Amino acid sequence: MRGPMQAVATKLKGRRGDSVLFEDIGFTLGRGEALVITGPNGSGKSTLLRILAGLLGADSGTFSLLGDDGTALPVADYSHYLGHRNAMKRELKVSENLAFWQSFQGAESGEGMPIDEAIDQVGLTGVAHLPFGYLSAGQQRRIALARLLVSSRPLWLLDEPTAALDKRSDRLFADLVRAHLETGGLAIAATHQPLGLDSVRALELSGIHSTVSDGTWA
Amino acid sequence: MIALIKRDLAIATRSGGAAMLGVLFFLAVVAVIPFGMGPDLNLLARIGPAILWIGALLASLLGLDRLFQADREDGSLDMLVMQDWLSLVLTLFVKSLAHWFATGLPLVLAAPLLGLLMNMSATSTGAVMLTLLVGTPAISFIGAVGAAVAVVLPRGGLLVSILILPLAIPILIFGVSAAYAAVTDPDPFWPPFMILSAIALFFAALGPVAAAAALKGASD
Amino acid sequence: MSDTTISQGWFTSLANPTRFLALSGRVLPYLATAAVLSLLVGLYMSFAAPEDYQQGITVRIMFIHVPAAWLAMMCYSVMAIASIGTLVWRHPLADVAAKTALPIGAAFTFLSLLTGSLWGRPMWGTWWVWDARLTSVFVLFLMYLGLMALHKAMDDPARAARPAAVLTLVGFINIPIIKFSVEWWNTLHQPASVIRLDGPTIHPTMLYPLLVMALAYTLIFFTLHLMAMRNEILRRRVQTMRRQAAQAIGGGR
Repeated sequence: MRGPMQAVATKLKGRRGDSVLFEDIGFTLGRGEALVITGPNGSGKSTLLRILAGLLGADSGTFSLLGDDGTALPVADYSHYLGHRNAMKRELKVSENLAFWQSFQGAESGEGMPIDEAIDQVGLTGVAHLPFGYLSAGQQRRIALARLLVSSRPLWLLDEPTAALDKRSDRLFADLVRAHLETGGLAIAATHQPLGLDSVRALELSGIHSTVSDGTWA
Repeated sequence: MIALIKRDLAIATRSGGAAMLGVLFFLAVVAVIPFGMGPDLNLLARIGPAILWIGALLASLLGLDRLFQADREDGSLDMLVMQDWLSLVLTLFVKSLAHWFATGLPLVLAAPLLGLLMNMSATSTGAVMLTLLVGTPAISFIGAVGAAVAVVLPRGGLLVSILILPLAIPILIFGVSAAYAAVTDPDPFWPPFMILSAIALFFAALGPVAAAAALKGASD
Repeated sequence: MSDTTISQGWFTSLANPTRFLALSGRVLPYLATAAVLSLLVGLYMSFAAPEDYQQGITVRIMFIHVPAAWLAMMCYSVMAIASIGTLVWRHPLADVAAKTALPIGAAFTFLSLLTGSLWGRPMWGTWWVWDARLTSVFVLFLMYLGLMALHKAMDDPARAARPAAVLTLVGFINIPIIKFSVEWWNTLHQPASVIRLDGPTIHPTMLYPLLVMALAYTLIFFTLHLMAMRNEILRRRVQTMRRQAAQAIGGGR
């Protein structure tokens, strides 16, 4: 996979309204590394991820992706963001949903896998022709994960990716992330789910009005 | 981007038929006029173009709030807004265009039927169709700004109409005056029609940029 | 006593969707044949009928127009009865009947408006006037379209059933208004000449083709309605099966 060598964040500060959620967050991720963000509700995990995705402006600090030759790459084109909601249309078939995102997010950073293969990967072989609205919450979440596979982007930004998933699907999710990291991808996830990976670093946001308890990796 | 048009059109035709609802509303609004005005055919023929234009304007405003709301509810909007500035503007242009295809174009096509009901002449109906064909895209493009501003609000629907109506008034003025100029003899048709076209082009350029700015700002 | 139980047993067995499919499948060919035959006879009689001394050849439009208008109202009445079935007995087949009658009724209404318009141009000198009869039929057309939009807006047919039934019954007010509009208001549209208390006022050479056409239209309606109901039942089964299929894949949940 072509793409960035490093994701670098420096001195990020985020706030909700007037209250500072976190400040002085900094980390560097290389290929094949993942960062897991943990913390109590309201500690700013989602805010941090939205800042990284470019959906929110940071109060201060920067986040950038650096390519192999050290040039900055546009985060928007090189990262997948998976929010709380699945970004799928109930009225459309699963295959139509995925085909849309494949062509819409087909980035310069490389080919994704075919839609049928992605559906197989999330263990839902046979749902391609069904309207997305027919699926259960857990199945819908797994299709949302399949979106990350159909177009290949090196950095995954995942906000509670395992919400609505059962134990078995949790393992399936961990496998997907592991495969992504093994091909040289990066992942930043807000999740309580242990990924079962060695190369995972943790960042704990301790709560409102506080700085990060441990600025480096746990 | 073609994928985006295809997706939005597929959704519009498959669920609830947004296109059909707009046309129905158009039909209903225009059909109410004779009840209020009395069924004088000469009077109806005279006010017909204006009524059709007002009906079309209201019907196009009706569906505008869903333009981004649906994408926001299911999280798709994040993916659109994440893009860099230029791609976002292009995306919003395409979305507005798809919205016009789904809601504006059916209004243009329904206009002859309503022209018949309003006892309008063939020339008059043709003029209204032509001006609507140029004018309704302008409403969709400028409407995208209102939809973008109101996207974070829970009951944005009414607000979109209130925000956009003043901006759409020039479209209405020149659309109606061009439609009347086609049938009343001394008035020239082309000057108001050209101004209407200019407004449509201007809104096609301005709308997506302003909507992009609003959406980028809204996620703060 | 025994008579009613038999008829009730027959009725409930008909109301079972599976039996309905089997029975309607057997009836349909005969019904369709009768519809086509009566339509052919009706059309022949319409063209064989003498021209009107005032209206000339345009009077033949009436043989298309009048039964279409009757059917437009009858179809709504069928829907209203089915709606009572939905609200009182909550029977799924009643909802199917009401929903599938919609597009057919809309088509008949549109046909009567269209043919009336074609007739009005040479006779009245205008395509359309806003008199009580025409307006109330136009309102009926809008109600058909509105109900269709309501059904389309809900992706679960079971949830659309009751609101649509209530709306259908409320809209039934319009049917007597249509029927008596030509008598209550002084309108351009001529008053009823066939269905009236003191017997029909039109000449038998006109009356018989009209009645045959009305019979043909009625048979066409029931043929189309049965076919549409069968389709709707099958469509709902497919939908249910797809939902079940979705649940079965990947361990469900």
